[in-house]
Amino acid sequence: MGLENSMSESAGSSQKRKGLKTYWWKIIAALFVLYTIIAGFIIPVPAQAILHETIRNLYFHVPMWFAMMTILFVSLWYSIKNLANPNAENDMIASQAANVGLVLGALGLATGSVWARYTWGAWWVADTKLNGAAITMLIYFAYFILRGSINEEQKRGRISAVYNIFAYIMLIVFLMILPRMTDSLHPGNGGNPGFNQYDLDRNMRMVFYPAVIGWILLATWMLTLSVRLEKIKRKLLFNE
Amino acid sequence: MLFQQIKYLIVKEIKLEMRNKYALGGILIYVVSTVFVSYLSFKQVINPATWNALFWIILLFASINAVAKSFLGETGGRSLYLYTLTNPQAVILSKIIYNSLILIVLSGLCLAAYSLLIGNLIQDTALFLLTLLLGSLGFSSLLTMVSAIASKTSNNFTLMAILSLPIMLPLLMVLIKLSRNAIDGLELWDWNSLLILFFLNVIIVSLSYLLFRYLWRD
Repeated sequence: MGLENSMSESAGSSQKRKGLKTYWWKIIAALFVLYTIIAGFIIPVPAQAILHETIRNLYFHVPMWFAMMTILFVSLWYSIKNLANPNAENDMIASQAANVGLVLGALGLATGSVWARYTWGAWWVADTKLNGAAITMLIYFAYFILRGSINEEQKRGRISAVYNIFAYIMLIVFLMILPRMTDSLHPGNGGNPGFNQYDLDRNMRMVFYPAVIGWILLATWMLTLSVRLEKIKRKLLFNE
Repeated sequence: MLFQQIKYLIVKEIKLEMRNKYALGGILIYVVSTVFVSYLSFKQVINPATWNALFWIILLFASINAVAKSFLGETGGRSLYLYTLTNPQAVILSKIIYNSLILIVLSGLCLAAYSLLIGNLIQDTALFLLTLLLGSLGFSSLLTMVSAIASKTSNNFTLMAILSLPIMLPLLMVLIKLSRNAIDGLELWDWNSLLILFFLNVIIVSLSYLLFRYLWRD
């Protein structure tokens, strides 16, 4: 019963009561991402040998990965919550967060691939971070296939939560181990200097940090929207 | 109490396996025939990198096949009986230990057939055997847990491969690196990687122990 109450509340009536207090962060998300797009293409960047103007991709590619890791952590968190206290809402948030994480991962792969083409010379190169990204995508595709093959709802939530926790921890281990074993073309690994040392100047920081915050907030917004959509779909299903 | 239960459950697994020997025999023949197919395809001795990769790929798929059936028997009334008698954690730990035994036998046979037919390039046998042992333990604990997850679904065999392959990669990368060192016969053992391998095993077993309590109930 508690579930239906919370559903109807968040899907319908609460819309009127929402003031600036509840959606200020959505305004910040939109403003920051918009600012990143405009300032990112206008503000001058330091001239670097191989990077040239592609350095502007830093404002898009890197924040997307940060947002993905954050939102996948949210997915892990709600999976743990779902095991401790099984209910439909926790499971819904965990699965929708994984969904948003996959979208951000695909965006990160696309922007990274374009960047790699113009700096390293190929759409895909043998690099530890690229392998890590590919495995992340594979794990979460497997997660959705697992969800798809269990029909009973409670069982689906429980078992996919177990897989989510297991896979996330193995993924973290993988991301920690691999960079120790091989060199990477990415900055800050394998003898390459990190961006922070000298090429990220004050102008770039002024765009990069808002971009990170903006993308993480945007991802959270996407998550809340898809959870609400899922709840409405479910409500329609109940009413049929 | 827990150890007592684990001991009985392992004995139960061995008894069941002995009652229907063709399942174990099937897996052993699977390894030998895969090795034979690769021997006929490659024709001659291959370079160390290929030797190493091929060996681990054969062992990887043979292990998936060997462990995939471990929760198949535990359905319906039998599992209900099992879980009312014993602690669920004893069940997963006993299955991990039993599968480790199976995989140790399997990897030994795989190594024997492989070095007989394709050739033995290993220079540091002690390190290779240690890697093989740690690898079998890691494979068995990870695959046992994944097979427990996959057994709850409708299309369990495809899922077994899809779910296990991406999360097995950290293990596989360390194993391939260590066994490459053993093939090249490096003077110094890479204790760092051995330590990583050991802790990966510890992490997987403790995760299985913690998470299985949410898994067994239908």
